Amino acid sequence: MKLFLLATLNGVTVAGLYFIVAIGFTLIFGLMRVINLAHGSLYILGAYLGYDVAAKTGNWYLGLAAGGVSVALAGLLIQSTLLDRIQGQEMRQSLVAIGLSIVIADLLLARYGGLTYQFDPPSILFGSVALPIVKGYPTFRLVVVGAAVVVGLVIWLLVYRTRFGIIIRAGVDDRPMLGALGVNVPLVSILVFGLGAGLAGLAGVVGGSALSISPGEDARYLLSSLVVVIVGGMGSLSGTAIGALLIGLAEQIGLAYFPTYSVIVSFVIMAAVLALRPQGLMGRSE
Amino acid sequence: MDVSKITRILAVVFLVCGTVVSAAAQTSVRIGGVMTLEGPFTVLGQEAVRAMEMAFEEVNYSVAGKRIEWVKESSDGRPDVAVGKARKLIEQDKVDILIGPMSGGEGLAIKEYAKSVPGKTILNGFSAAQETTLVNPAPNFFRFGTDGAQWQAGLGSYVYDVKGYRTAAVVAGDYSFGYTQVLGFMTEFCAKGGKVKEKIWVPMGTKDFSSAIARIPDKVDAVYVMFGGADSVNFLTQYYQAGGKIPIIGGSNVTEQTVLSTKGPFQRHMIGIPSAHMVADGIEEPAYLEYVAKYKKRFPDGLAAPSAPFYGYYVATKAALKALAQVGGDLSGNQVKFREALAKLKLDTPTGPVTLDENRQAIANIFVTEVAQRPDGTLYTKVVKVMRNVNQTLGQPRDAFVARGVPSRDNPSCP
Amino acid sequence: MLLRLFAEWGKMARWTLIAAAIISYPHFAPQFWVVNIGAYAIVLGIITLSLTFLAAYGGMVSLAQMTVAGVAGYTLAILSSHAANVGSAILPWPWALAIALGSGTLAGTLIGLVSVRTKGISLLMITLAIGMIFFYLTQQNTTLFHGFDGFRGVKAPIVFGMSLREPIVFYYLCMGVGISLYAAITYMVRTPFGIALQGIRDNPRRLAAIGYWVELHQVAAFGVAGFVAAVGGVLSLWYHGGISPGSVGITAMVNILIVAVIGGLGHPRGALIGALLFVLIQNFAIDLFIRERFNTVIGLTFLVIVLFSPDGLIGLWERLSRSRKRGLRSAPNGANN
Repeated sequence: MKLFLLATLNGVTVAGLYFIVAIGFTLIFGLMRVINLAHGSLYILGAYLGYDVAAKTGNWYLGLAAGGVSVALAGLLIQSTLLDRIQGQEMRQSLVAIGLSIVIADLLLARYGGLTYQFDPPSILFGSVALPIVKGYPTFRLVVVGAAVVVGLVIWLLVYRTRFGIIIRAGVDDRPMLGALGVNVPLVSILVFGLGAGLAGLAGVVGGSALSISPGEDARYLLSSLVVVIVGGMGSLSGTAIGALLIGLAEQIGLAYFPTYSVIVSFVIMAAVLALRPQGLMGRSE
Repeated sequence: MDVSKITRILAVVFLVCGTVVSAAAQTSVRIGGVMTLEGPFTVLGQEAVRAMEMAFEEVNYSVAGKRIEWVKESSDGRPDVAVGKARKLIEQDKVDILIGPMSGGEGLAIKEYAKSVPGKTILNGFSAAQETTLVNPAPNFFRFGTDGAQWQAGLGSYVYDVKGYRTAAVVAGDYSFGYTQVLGFMTEFCAKGGKVKEKIWVPMGTKDFSSAIARIPDKVDAVYVMFGGADSVNFLTQYYQAGGKIPIIGGSNVTEQTVLSTKGPFQRHMIGIPSAHMVADGIEEPAYLEYVAKYKKRFPDGLAAPSAPFYGYYVATKAALKALAQVGGDLSGNQVKFREALAKLKLDTPTGPVTLDENRQAIANIFVTEVAQRPDGTLYTKVVKVMRNVNQTLGQPRDAFVARGVPSRDNPSCP
Repeated sequence: MLLRLFAEWGKMARWTLIAAAIISYPHFAPQFWVVNIGAYAIVLGIITLSLTFLAAYGGMVSLAQMTVAGVAGYTLAILSSHAANVGSAILPWPWALAIALGSGTLAGTLIGLVSVRTKGISLLMITLAIGMIFFYLTQQNTTLFHGFDGFRGVKAPIVFGMSLREPIVFYYLCMGVGISLYAAITYMVRTPFGIALQGIRDNPRRLAAIGYWVELHQVAAFGVAGFVAAVGGVLSLWYHGGISPGSVGITAMVNILIVAVIGGLGHPRGALIGALLFVLIQNFAIDLFIRERFNTVIGLTFLVIVLFSPDGLIGLWERLSRSRKRGLRSAPNGANN
C-alpha cells in the first residue's frame, strides 16, 4: 500500500515537471506547427545560465528568473533569424532545430564541462515534509506540482482570456487570414517562440533543482516532452496536462513494480497513440 | 639544368630526409591515450589527461634517451567509438603503446581489439570490468589497476564486524559494473553471515530514483548503494529528501572525489558512509601525500584531490615508462622485451606496491574508508583499514572463484 | 553536336576515373584509410542509403533505419559462435547470416506496417519511438541481448581461408556490396513498383483512385529499405567486431539522418558522400584546431546545409554543374541532367 501511494505521488510530481517542460513545446507547435527539436537544449541552457546567476548572487529566485528570461531572448533570436526564413517547411524546420540542439549542447559542454551541478534552493523549498502513510516526502516535488498548476493557469489565462491569446488561437486556425486582417504574424511568431523557449528555460531551473544538471539531460527532456505532447495532443493545453500525468504515472509505477522494462512503457504508449490516434488524446484531427 | 642532374639532387634530398625521418622515428616513442572527453564521463576523461601529463612531465617527456610523443583521442563511453579511436591511434597515428580506456564496456571492447594488433601493447586506463582480464585475457593487454570487485575488498567484513550490520538492501545501476561491485561487497558480507534482503536494480539513464527509493525495505540495517558519479549525487539528494534514515554503505564511485567535490545539500549527510576503493584521500603515507601535493600544485583548476581515474591513468603511464626505461627503449621484435618487463614489473605507486598476476591483472592494496570532514569543510575519504595485496579472486582459489560465474542480477545471492 | 559529344565524353571519363580510383584505392592508401575511412564510410553509407531511398522515392523519413540495422546485427551476434560470453544457439555462418538478413528485413516490414498509417512528422516520431523501444530492450535484457555491455569478440566469417575482416578483403566486400545495392535501388525505381511508389509519394490519393494499394507499396518500400539496412547492420557488426545498445541509441539514429541530409535527402548517391564527410570530420576534427568540438562542427555543417542547400551536397553539386553547363551551351536546351 505504501509503495503504491509513494509511486502514485512520485508519478504525479514528476508529471508536474514534465508538464512545465512540455508546455512551451506545445505552445510553439500549436501556433507555428514547428516541432521544436531544440527544446531539450533550451532546457539545459536555462538550467546552466540559471545556475550561474543563482550561484553568483546566492539567490535561487533570481536564478529562476534568469533562466527563463535568457532563454526567452535566445528563442526570440532563433525564430527571427533562423526559423522565420523557412516558415511552412515542417521537415526543414525540424532539421534546423536538430542541428541547433547539437551545437548548443556541445557549446554548453565546452563551457561547463562534464561536472554535475546542483542548485541550492531556499531551505523552505528543499526539505522533507511529513505526510500521512508515506512519512517523509521531498518538499520540492510538491513545490513542482504547485508550480505546474500556476504555470498552467497563467498560460491558460493568457491564451483564453487576453487579446494576445485570441491572436494566437486565430493563428492556429487560419494563419493567412490572420495576416490578411492586418496582424503582424511574423512578430507574433517571434513572441510565441520566445515565450515557449522561456518556459523551457524556466523548466530547466526547476528540473535542475529537483534533479541535477549534467550533459545528456537535453536528449532526455526532449524525448519526454515529445512523448507527453504527442500522447496528449500537440497544441492542446489540457492534452499536455493529461499526457504528462499519464506518462509520469506510467514511468513511476513501472519503476516501482517492474523496473527492468518500465523505461519502455512511455515509448510504447507514444507509438500506440501515433498509430491509433495520431492527433493525440486531446488533439484535433487535421 | 639537365634532367639527370635534377634527379640526382632530388635523390640526395630524399635520402637525407628519409634518414632524418627514420632517425627521428628511432629516437622517439609514441604513446597514445584514449579517454572519455565527451559524454557523461567527461570529468573522468579530464582527470585522465591530467594524469598522463603529470607522469610525462616527471620524466621530462623522455625515456631511455628517446623523446616521448603523446597523442590523445576522445571517446564518449561507447565501446564502438573507443575501438575506433584506438584504431586511429594505432593504425593512423602509429603509436607504439596505447593507454586507456576509461569505462568498463570500452575496456571489454579494447581487449578484443588488442588481440588483433599483437605487435602493440595496451595498458588499461581506468576500465574496471572483471571479465576484461579474468576471462579470455589478451596477451598484450595489461591492467595495472584493480577491478571493480577488488575495489570492494574488506568492505563486507568491515560493515559486518565493525558497524554491526546484519541485513542489507542493495540499490545499484543495472549494468555489469554494478553487478561487479555488488559481487565484491556481497562475497564477503554473505560469507560472514550477512543477509541481503532485496536487490533493486535501476535501469541506466534513470534520473528520478524516487520509486526505487520507495522499494527499500524498512527493516534492513543498511543500504548498499552503487551508481556512477552524477547518478550518485542525484540518488543521495533524493534519498535524504525522502527522509531516508537507514545508513548507507557506498560503492566505490559513491564516495569518489568527483562526488565529494560536488556542492549540494546532500553533503552533510554523507559523513560516516563506509566504502572501499583502490585510492583514498586520507592515506597518510609520505609517497601519497607528496603525490597529492604535486597534483594540487600542478592543477589548481583540478578537483580538491586526485581522483581514482587520475590514479588509474597515472599508474598505467608510470608502468609503461618504467618498463621502457628497463629495456632501454627497445620496442623491436613486436615489443617482446618490453612486455616481459611489464609482466614482471614491481611498481611502487603512491598507494603501495603493485604487481601483476598471470592474466596481467594488478594485485594491489585496497582501502576501506569512511567519509569524513576536514576543518575547512571539504569532505574526504578517511582510511579505516588497509587490505594488502588483494588479487582478482579476492583471496579465494581461482577455479572456485571462476566457477561461480560472472556477476549478474542474481549472482551472488544471500536473502 | 561536337559540344554535346565532348560533354558526354567528359562525363564518361569522369566516371571511369572515379571507378578506377575506388577500385584501386586499397593498393595505394594506408590501411587506416582503407578500412576506417573507406570501408566504414561505405558501411555507414549503406545504412543511410536505406533512409535516403525511403525519403527520396517514398517520401517517408524514418529514424528507425539504424534500428533495423541493429536488429540484423544483434541477430547475427547472438547466433555467432565466436561472441564472448554468449550462451545462445550456434549456427554455421551462412545460416546465421541468412537469418540475420531475414530478421532485419522482417523488422523493417513490421516497422513499415505500424508507421505507414502516419505521415510526415508523425512518421518521424513513430519511428523514433520504435527505435527507443528497441534501444531500451537491448539495454535492459541481459539473457538475449547481453544488456548494457552488448556483444564483443564477434569475428567475421572465414571464406577460402581468408577472414572477411582482413583490411583489403573487407574493403572490396563493402565496395562490391555497396555498388550492388546502389545498382539494385537505381534499377528498382524504374520498375513499375518504383514508379508507383514515386507516384504515391507525390499524390497518394490519385494513385489510390486509379486502383493502387497505397499502403502495400509503402510497406514494401519499408521492407526493401529494411533489407538494405540489414546488410549495413551485418557489415557494421563485422567492422566493429561487436554491438551494444549504444550502436542503436538516439545518437546513432540521429547520425543516420544527419548523414542523409548532408549528402542530400533526395539523392541516393548522397548517402555515400554524406557518410564520407561525416567519417572524415569524426576522425580528423580533433587533429585540426577544433580539438574536442567535433559535435559543434557536425552540427554547424548540418545547419549550413539545411539552411542554404537543403538538397545536401549532391544538390549543391548539381546546381553548380547545371549553372556551369548553362554557361557552356549558348542555346537553352531543355534536357537537364
